[in-house]
Amino acid sequence: MKIRVDPDKCQGHARCYGLAPEIFDVDDYGQASVIVDEVPPELEEKARLAVANCPEYAIEIVSE
Amino acid sequence: MTHIAPVRDWASDFDVMDPRYLADPFSIWDELRRTCPIPHTDRRKSSWMPLRYDDVTAIAHDIEHFSSLKVAVIPGDEDEDPANFEGPNLEYGLPPISSDPPLHTWTRRLLLPWFSHQRVESYIPLTRELCRRLLDGFADDGHADAAADYAQQIPVRVIAQILGVSPDLSDTFTGWVRDVLEFADDAERRQHGAEGLLNYFIEQLEYRRQNPGDDLLSELLRTEVDGQPVDDGIVLGMAALVLIAGVDTTWSAIGSSLWHLATHPDDRKRMVAEPELWPTAVEELLRAYSPVTMAREVTQDFEYSGCPMKAGDKVLMNFPAANRDPEAFEHPEMVQLDRAHNRHVAFGSGIHRCAGSNLARMELQVALEEWLERIPDFSVAKGSEITWAGGQVRGPRILPVVFG
Repeated sequence: MKIRVDPDKCQGHARCYGLAPEIFDVDDYGQASVIVDEVPPELEEKARLAVANCPEYAIEIVSE
Repeated sequence: MTHIAPVRDWASDFDVMDPRYLADPFSIWDELRRTCPIPHTDRRKSSWMPLRYDDVTAIAHDIEHFSSLKVAVIPGDEDEDPANFEGPNLEYGLPPISSDPPLHTWTRRLLLPWFSHQRVESYIPLTRELCRRLLDGFADDGHADAAADYAQQIPVRVIAQILGVSPDLSDTFTGWVRDVLEFADDAERRQHGAEGLLNYFIEQLEYRRQNPGDDLLSELLRTEVDGQPVDDGIVLGMAALVLIAGVDTTWSAIGSSLWHLATHPDDRKRMVAEPELWPTAVEELLRAYSPVTMAREVTQDFEYSGCPMKAGDKVLMNFPAANRDPEAFEHPEMVQLDRAHNRHVAFGSGIHRCAGSNLARMELQVALEEWLERIPDFSVAKGSEITWAGGQVRGPRILPVVFG
């Protein structure tokens, strides 16, 4: 699975980081980013949760 | 207290300070969402109040039609002239919250690093220590006021630390902030709170100019933007904002959450037994008991979703109601501590997302963890009356509980 954060939509809620710090980081200014090239299978559920909890609809699954 | 004329029609004459609304806004929202999801009132000032998730988030993102220059839910002098906002020397209001780009953009960038998740993690030990000290004060008494003795005491002291001001003045700070936010309907109290707060910060900023430290106030004074120091009025507004926004809000969330745990024994027992649920539980409590409503001002005559909005109208961004919208949340009336899908907007939506959200979330979790660790079993004291504040910030102000 590949996912990405749309930097124009992200407003720094940091919900993704709270749910899945193994997949996301958030910088000093609140900008989230994906820190893995490929989401390992055991973290796919967490990645989906992050998508479903982002208030800005900023996280998308690029490929499954 | 200002007299509130009874509300006869919530669709065309709502009043967020009405006693029924303060006690139970939920049933009013549910009814209005079905019949009139963007009610209007001419009380205080022509105001609209979106209640659906999609409307609240759409308006939050439309900064062209909806300005943040006047964010107070209860209009004050700043609605006549922004330079009056909460007293002297505040020609820029309280940036970034009461500003639009470009002022919003750079003032927000100055504040955000102080509330990044890395920075907030470094505040956990002092928050935990503070909670334990408060609990030491009443755990053996068998009863406490969970709002006044505990919730109210926590965020103000953490914020004082970040600002570099004396935590000994916490009660004074709390009084000023309540005057400005909770008692805004009373012009005299509002003025008193604003003056107290601003005069204090004017003094503190002067002192720090001579005696700089590593606190937020000193840092703001040191900062240069485009080679120029930041205007004194902007520094003052930012300092006041951090205190105002960091006190009532989180304290209300902690208080409402303790009220929920006091009145829902199954949830309380579940959190004691399954502490690994805290990350989702905190978000769910924030969703169900979102404390904060912020206002926007309509910038030009404009029809939104059939509502003929006029330039200068207020829009009360009802994030708490959006978070109870059945179109956006399954069984929104139920607190589900393990709710998996939860795009709540307790911290707002769009460019004004609460800059202190990481701090608030941390304080809420630590305060609840420490309380349940020490007092796993508690309930609302029989026959006691719980007082709820509302308007801009909703939460319990008196919450008598008994232990065991």
